[in-house]
Amino acid sequence: MAEPAQQKVFAPWEDPSEKPIIRFEGVTKRFGDFTAVDKLDLKIYRGEFFALLGPSGCGKTTLMRMLAGFETPTEGHIILDGQDVAPIPPNKRPVNMMFQSYALFPHLTVWENIAFGLKREGMEKDKIEARVSEMLRLTRLEQFAKRKPHQISGGQRQRVALARSLAKAPKLLLLDEPLGALDKKLRQETQFELMDIQEKTGTTFVIVTHDQEEAMTVASRVAVMDHGKLVQVATPAGIYETPNSVYVADFIGDVNIIEGAATPNGDQVEIAWAEGLAPIVAKSSEPIAPGAKVHFAIRPEKIYVSREPDMERANRVQGKVIDIAYLGNISTYRVRLANGQMISASMTNARRLSRRDFTWEDEVWLNWTDTAGLVLTR
Amino acid sequence: MNRKLSWFNVTSLTLGFAFLYLPMLILIIYSFNASKLVTVWAGFSTRWYGELLHDQQFLDAAWVTLRVGVISSTFATILGTAAAYVLVRGGKFFGRTLFSGMIYAPLVMPEVITGLSLLLLFISIGLDRGIVTIVLAHTTFTMCYVSVVVSSRLMTFDQSLEEAALDLGASAWDSFRLVTLPIIFPAVISGWLLAFTLSLDDLVIASFTSGPSSTTLPIKIFSAVRLGVSPEINALSTLMIAIVAIGVITASLVSKGAIKRQREEELAGNRT
Repeated sequence: MAEPAQQKVFAPWEDPSEKPIIRFEGVTKRFGDFTAVDKLDLKIYRGEFFALLGPSGCGKTTLMRMLAGFETPTEGHIILDGQDVAPIPPNKRPVNMMFQSYALFPHLTVWENIAFGLKREGMEKDKIEARVSEMLRLTRLEQFAKRKPHQISGGQRQRVALARSLAKAPKLLLLDEPLGALDKKLRQETQFELMDIQEKTGTTFVIVTHDQEEAMTVASRVAVMDHGKLVQVATPAGIYETPNSVYVADFIGDVNIIEGAATPNGDQVEIAWAEGLAPIVAKSSEPIAPGAKVHFAIRPEKIYVSREPDMERANRVQGKVIDIAYLGNISTYRVRLANGQMISASMTNARRLSRRDFTWEDEVWLNWTDTAGLVLTR
Repeated sequence: MNRKLSWFNVTSLTLGFAFLYLPMLILIIYSFNASKLVTVWAGFSTRWYGELLHDQQFLDAAWVTLRVGVISSTFATILGTAAAYVLVRGGKFFGRTLFSGMIYAPLVMPEVITGLSLLLLFISIGLDRGIVTIVLAHTTFTMCYVSVVVSSRLMTFDQSLEEAALDLGASAWDSFRLVTLPIIFPAVISGWLLAFTLSLDDLVIASFTSGPSSTTLPIKIFSAVRLGVSPEINALSTLMIAIVAIGVITASLVSKGAIKRQREEELAGNRT
């Protein structure tokens, strides 16, 4: 499980001398009895594209609204660029936000929308002119400058909202589900545009999303939230390959979870999970107490499906193909094991469909190595 | 829409409308009567309208009414809009329910009581009755109507627009002036028109708060009728009906058309 950290050039979180641009220190936010954010600590670094990911109601939007200044923490401090932001009202913060609803001013043109924040700063006329043109160019909206928001398409509105929030060159840009209103194809295109613009401007982006694919695509780091707490903060690859809990593993992508009792054996763990079947052998990075109840998590693509057991791989189980989901590039097989457990395994369709190896009701072997899955204790 | 109405529907519709509009229709018809006697039809004429224009008393009263209407409805619009904004946007501050109840209470308060209490107030603070007192009284009783109209618009207003303005560095006043007000403006205008119309035809409160030099048209008409209905009064009343009708229709058209268009724009401004 080699962390891709060494390959990455941009990894300020690995460098202890790097100063974070945002620091949450024990931040708690309560609404009446409800605790939206619970004693949260977090560091975000300059130039990051940071994603807050979680189901609705996990506190991610509250966290963002506290950064923008629309909510104040009940406890704890938010330090932005070395300064506690608590006493600073939203209109004085070097932070801009792109709203989920875009919140474009309907009575103003695209140009006036983008210039709104600059005019409030009291910037000179010709400088405003230049800055708005620059933003229009960046978001490819030049020919729509004179239009009103209701005269342009959804994707264009999204770009106006982005241009408007970037116009003041904020230290930090907050994006609240920025692509939620777009259809899938446009969303994918826009994700790459966002990354491009983030790189060009060098602004620190914090994005709130419930779409794990979106977070994985755009973010340098992802924070998975649940019930007001951070469950894991890591790079997309880190979150996917080494989730620290069943919650994260299950939230990001597809995963098979097998419960069992662990018996440590050198640097390996043997997990007894079904009577009469061989224990699962897996490597574990952290020490596990003998007899501990553990979850073994393995992604479908890490399992190799074959007709004969593959002796190269440490784990081999036999089962029967119940379902095949054909997705074009890959096929996912739902296989029932002898003890009734269902396991998903996906295989790349390297061959044409007519020559596919397995079909419904076939007896197959599922094989995986001792490093393919993860042993999770929570 | 083109459903054929049954005889029952036609009858009830006719009865209802006759009940509502027959008296006014008769008034309008008799305002074009050539005869000096109100009850005898003597052919069509616009003579009484002409005479109205030369009657200085009526013209003075009309001028007073107009000034009172414009000034009081302007004050009522400012106060009513401010009240609506605070009540809708202020969140759950202490005493909010009490305040909103108190704003709307004058809607159901008998006019006689409003008039009487204002009269007592003016006497106790030693304010001479005249145009100023009528303006104050009319502002008082029309601002709640403005507040109702504006607050119903504000409730459907997307609050993230104001947050966006704040986020972009606007002060609270700027965000109201540059974002909220332009968007709710049609509702504010229709509130003003409503207040103006109400001020125009108020008799009870005006008669409590007016002085000798400040007779409004409704007071003038009322006192003239006590000496007998003249064709001139019919003509004047017809003119007032026309003005009020134009005011009410414009108010409803402004609010309906513009609010609908703006809602569409606002929706478009958000999502598709």
